[in-house]
Amino acid sequence: MSMELDVFVGNTTVLDQDVYQLWLDGHTVSDAVRIRMEAGALQECEANAEVLHSDTTDQFRTFQMCERLLQSPSKVANQLLFQIPPHRQTMLIERYYEFDSVFAREVLGKKLSKGTKKDLDDISSKTGIALKSCRRQFDNFKRVFKVVEELKGPLVENIQRHFLLSDVLARDYAAIVFFANSRFEAGKRKLQYLSFQDFAFCAGQLISYWTVGAVDNMMEDLDVDLEKDFLHDLKDLKVLVNDKDMLDQHKSLVCAQLRGKIKVFSEMEANFKNLSRALVNIASKLTHTKDFRDLFIDLVEKLIEPCRSDKWTIGDLRLFLKHYSSSVHMLEAFRHQVIWDRYMSVIKSCILKMYHD
Amino acid sequence: MPGRLKAKIVAGRHLPVMDRASDLTDAFVEVKFGNTTFKTDVYPKSLNPQWNSEWFKFEVDDEDLQDEPLQITVLDHDTYSANDAIGKVYIDIDPLLCSEAATVISGWLPIYDTIHGIRGEINVLVKVDLFNDLNRFRQSSCGVKFFCTTSIPRCYRAIMVHGFVEELVVNEDPEYQWIDRIRTPRASNEARQRLIFLMSGELQRKIGLKVLEMGGNAVVGYLQCFDLEGESGLVVRAIGTACTLEKMSTFPATATHPNNSSPSKDMKEPGFGEEAPGVPLSSGPPTPLRAQTFSSFSPSKSYSRQSSSSDTELSLTPKTGKISSCPVGHLCHFCMIPPSPFCVFQEYPFFTLTIFPPGFLLHVGGVVSARSVKLLDRIHNPDEPETRDAWWEEIRQEIKSHAKALGCHAVVGYSESTSICEEVCILSASGTAAILSSRFMQDGPLDTEHRFEEVVSPGCGFCHIPYDELNIPFPAQLTYCYCCRRYKVPDVLFTTIDLPTEANVTGKGCLIQARLCRTKKKAQGEGNAMAISNLLPFLEYELHTQLMNKLKLRGMNALFGLRIQISVGETMLLGLASATGVYLTALPSPGGIQIAGKTPSDITYEQHISNMQKKINDTITKNKEQYEINPPEVVEEIIGSPIPEPRQRSRLFRSHSESSDEVSEIDLSHGKKDAFVLEIDDTDAVEDIHALLTDSPTPAGNTSMFTSVRVFRLNANLTNQGLNKIFSDLCENLLKSLYFKLRSMVPCCLCHLNFTVAIPEDELIQVAVTAVAMSFDKEQTLENGKRSGEKTLIKGKPCLVSSTPFFLFSLLFLSTPLSFPLALLLSTASSMEKASPLPEGRSRSLRSNRSYSGSSVAVVKMTPLSFIPGAKIIKYLGIINMFFIRETSSLREEGGVSGFLHTFIAEVFAMVRAHVAALGGNAVVSYSMKECVFMENPNKNQAQCLINVSGDAVIFVRESELELTSVQPQSATTQTSNGGEGT
Repeated sequence: MSMELDVFVGNTTVLDQDVYQLWLDGHTVSDAVRIRMEAGALQECEANAEVLHSDTTDQFRTFQMCERLLQSPSKVANQLLFQIPPHRQTMLIERYYEFDSVFAREVLGKKLSKGTKKDLDDISSKTGIALKSCRRQFDNFKRVFKVVEELKGPLVENIQRHFLLSDVLARDYAAIVFFANSRFEAGKRKLQYLSFQDFAFCAGQLISYWTVGAVDNMMEDLDVDLEKDFLHDLKDLKVLVNDKDMLDQHKSLVCAQLRGKIKVFSEMEANFKNLSRALVNIASKLTHTKDFRDLFIDLVEKLIEPCRSDKWTIGDLRLFLKHYSSSVHMLEAFRHQVIWDRYMSVIKSCILKMYHD
Repeated sequence: MPGRLKAKIVAGRHLPVMDRASDLTDAFVEVKFGNTTFKTDVYPKSLNPQWNSEWFKFEVDDEDLQDEPLQITVLDHDTYSANDAIGKVYIDIDPLLCSEAATVISGWLPIYDTIHGIRGEINVLVKVDLFNDLNRFRQSSCGVKFFCTTSIPRCYRAIMVHGFVEELVVNEDPEYQWIDRIRTPRASNEARQRLIFLMSGELQRKIGLKVLEMGGNAVVGYLQCFDLEGESGLVVRAIGTACTLEKMSTFPATATHPNNSSPSKDMKEPGFGEEAPGVPLSSGPPTPLRAQTFSSFSPSKSYSRQSSSSDTELSLTPKTGKISSCPVGHLCHFCMIPPSPFCVFQEYPFFTLTIFPPGFLLHVGGVVSARSVKLLDRIHNPDEPETRDAWWEEIRQEIKSHAKALGCHAVVGYSESTSICEEVCILSASGTAAILSSRFMQDGPLDTEHRFEEVVSPGCGFCHIPYDELNIPFPAQLTYCYCCRRYKVPDVLFTTIDLPTEANVTGKGCLIQARLCRTKKKAQGEGNAMAISNLLPFLEYELHTQLMNKLKLRGMNALFGLRIQISVGETMLLGLASATGVYLTALPSPGGIQIAGKTPSDITYEQHISNMQKKINDTITKNKEQYEINPPEVVEEIIGSPIPEPRQRSRLFRSHSESSDEVSEIDLSHGKKDAFVLEIDDTDAVEDIHALLTDSPTPAGNTSMFTSVRVFRLNANLTNQGLNKIFSDLCENLLKSLYFKLRSMVPCCLCHLNFTVAIPEDELIQVAVTAVAMSFDKEQTLENGKRSGEKTLIKGKPCLVSSTPFFLFSLLFLSTPLSFPLALLLSTASSMEKASPLPEGRSRSLRSNRSYSGSSVAVVKMTPLSFIPGAKIIKYLGIINMFFIRETSSLREEGGVSGFLHTFIAEVFAMVRAHVAALGGNAVVSYSMKECVFMENPNKNQAQCLINVSGDAVIFVRESELELTSVQPQSATTQTSNGGEGT
């Protein structure tokens, strides 16, 4: 004797958030039942395993039926099949699009294509996230990317509008889209210490200050492409290192400001020219796709690592960058102040975010 | 040409992709009514077409308006091949035909395909202009209002209750026509859906005509059912109670209470005893407190006969009109009455109502029921309704005679049902024999004898026996009423109605359910019918015994809303009886239960028995505590009841005062000692579950309706006991699951648990439950205020409201104990009636601030109850009666049987909600799923399911909103509501 059929349908769709999470995490029904039992679900309502199994199966089925809708969240509100209160809809959507940063970190900068999907198996075994969950997260990235790719206007708002996500989550997606679009190198071993949140922050900075949308939010194309003119103008910064006088002057200005204020003053003084050259070189090469993609690796190799080996504290670095960028204003021969500031403000916050173990 | 139907197709959305190449659809719409069809233009390459069509006008007879649905078909235009159908929408325009119901149908309706389910939505506008036609020979009955609700609808007042109306329509089932072999499953399903729409339209029209003939203007408690007889046809039948209703004015002072409270004041007119002219109580056909059929089986009774088996004979000769299924002489004069469809009240004093205006119900006799087994392949003229009419006639006659025997002139809470398996059909009818006040009736029951004095306490009056205690029709123990001490009451009372408002109740109520499964040999034709007939009485008897025991185990003495369902399959019969048990203050305290063994010599066995006995006693005590049953101690004086020699078996368990030889009979009836233990187990389970529903009063009005369906496969070759256990476990587990599911709503109660059992195939048991879960607010503040108001209305009963959280209502009726106090709460709390033209659901429901599409879906509540807690129904928009078929040939791909059915039920809900919203409503009350026929063929990867649902579309306003707005000037609010009704 066996249960052939077992369904439970509420006029208002009955949803259990905990079970939803289990489903999102890619558990099978029997896994989920076991987890719920371990979590003490049986103490509640004196349920037995059978009841729990039936409930779990039912909920999983419901989520599966909802999944199609969740993939185009704007439909959730005006579909008729499931009557779900608005706050529940929001919860369903938000949770569906939430992702594991560990997973996102792995995917970051990779092409969101089918080829990569095969790598999901590896990511799954590496991160311990169930393959099913990896699939969902990857598909979400891809879906969001596909939709916003063709839209004009500010990226974050577009994501929010189309996927009805919270501001925080929409920003994370913007970072993912931005990385996928710009194909930044993020997978190198040297970058492994950086978390998704580090990158997301940097992406946010880049989007806010360097992209097309940052200047004009009614542009034709995806506003996550960096502004070409700006990148081009960055070449002009070379004068800072190429002009010996200017470089010396800059150095003395910075040293004057920092003397006695940072512990690593001597190292800084010795290294100033290298550091400055690195920063300016990175700027001047951003027009080349290859160098652009290597932005983060360059930052790590040319700046963060040398500083770290000299045992700079984050405070030292912050002060240095502050004065390094502001002293340029005192160089009378330098005429690219606006570009400099636009470049340095972003680079400064990125470096500071990335400067940790 | 007295009507013009107008339809406008506005837009579509979420359409499926019909053209793989472009991933788009070139959609257009056909609008069909009767034989006229209009088409919209093709809206190319869009999944969200904007047709914005002209108004399509159909000029039609109002007869057609009632019969036909408006049929909207959405198609994909294809230049080279035939256009592909995307799906259909059937719109029942009946609600538009009544001036007091809806005025327009407007909104997004799901486009439904029987193979693919819902495929997008279409926005339509439908209106009807009716021209007055005073032709008195007209065939239409436009304007007669229909309500599924089995009480006088909330915003109406009953001027007159005319009585029973019934009608039956037969047609050939398209699924069994020869053409079905060559047409597609889709075409066949659509033919069936359309036919049923037509038939139910016709049925409603015909019933409406009868109502007009009787001088009424409405049908309350309208119960429509389908019998899928297979080869012999498709039957749509309906019963209801004809009434003359008057819309209550929306002016606050008069409007609020009338339904529940005010009439009661002037209602105390002389009760009508029944002079019961022809009732030969001595020959007493079985009846009673205990369900009729069962009691007829007490072995020693000379008059005991099997209604079912005698009917079987009839079924073999259906045309002979041998109505003398009741061999008792006194029935003859009824048989003489020619079946005239137009003198319904006189012929059948039946009422489908389960809740009555105060004062209407004077006395309740007990449950009366009749069943009969028929052979469908013996119908001479399958396409004509006569044979079925005659069958039902017999049954109704029998019911009537049972009522008579109980000294009652009427049957209330009346319902009819069938169970069909192959060519065998069991027809059942049941109700509660009662005496009604003639106040509401046209030519009320004929006698004037005052057997009851004028001032009968409303709290106990209905319990007083209607029959003559000296000629008691069945053995019963009578005592003086524990409330008024003046009239006799029985020791237990079983009824199919809701607990009357005015009833005095001690403690809380709970669900009581008896379940039974009996194997039967596979057989054909007459032999089969005979076998079933022979089994039926035992089934009913055991169900009754179970009910009785479980009732006692809980220390209760009355059942309300009893519904016994018998389902027949090839190799077994299922019986499921559900009711709400309560302790009626007026009735004596039930005795304990004592058990005794068959083999008293065995000491260990004795010990076992005594352990069990202890367990039972403990359980009873525990239950009494749990349900807060503490009746005041009174000296019990048993009044000489002419209890004859062999007592009914059901009394055998009532022990303490009874002799041991009776007690030992327990084994005879149960066959096995463990049978009882088993029962204990399952009651324990129920109690545990009950304990979950923590106590705390104030219904907050957070309700959630659901349907759950389970199909269970049994092993072959199970014994009766094994089957029983499995079936019982199945029900228990289902209940447990429900509790678990709804734990987030705790404290809550499950109301109106409506169980439906079926045997779709050999070795398969299908149980479907529909119920509503209501949660209770933990805050007591609100409630206190309300309660004080309530006390004035139900005197001496402050306990009732606090008792409600524990109520587990069952079945269509059970809602009472909760509904009434609630209703009263509502009427007191909302002293102002206010009509908001845009009720909650529409105005502020799903507005999500992030929803960018801007459109949101209105929330539509569904409830099997006739009311919405914490809210006031301000308008009835018409009846919802929908029939859907869903079929698949890719069962596995759709998630197996569960996935398939889950989707289908969700779709049905969605369609009901959409239609209600289109009528302008925000809730369905008295919702029920009448039919859920599920068939599968896993080998072919196919499944098919038929679902029939019904209910009343209404507009409700939250009580809190009422309170908020009640400060507004009255004139403004009444205007809006009047304007809305367009009266």
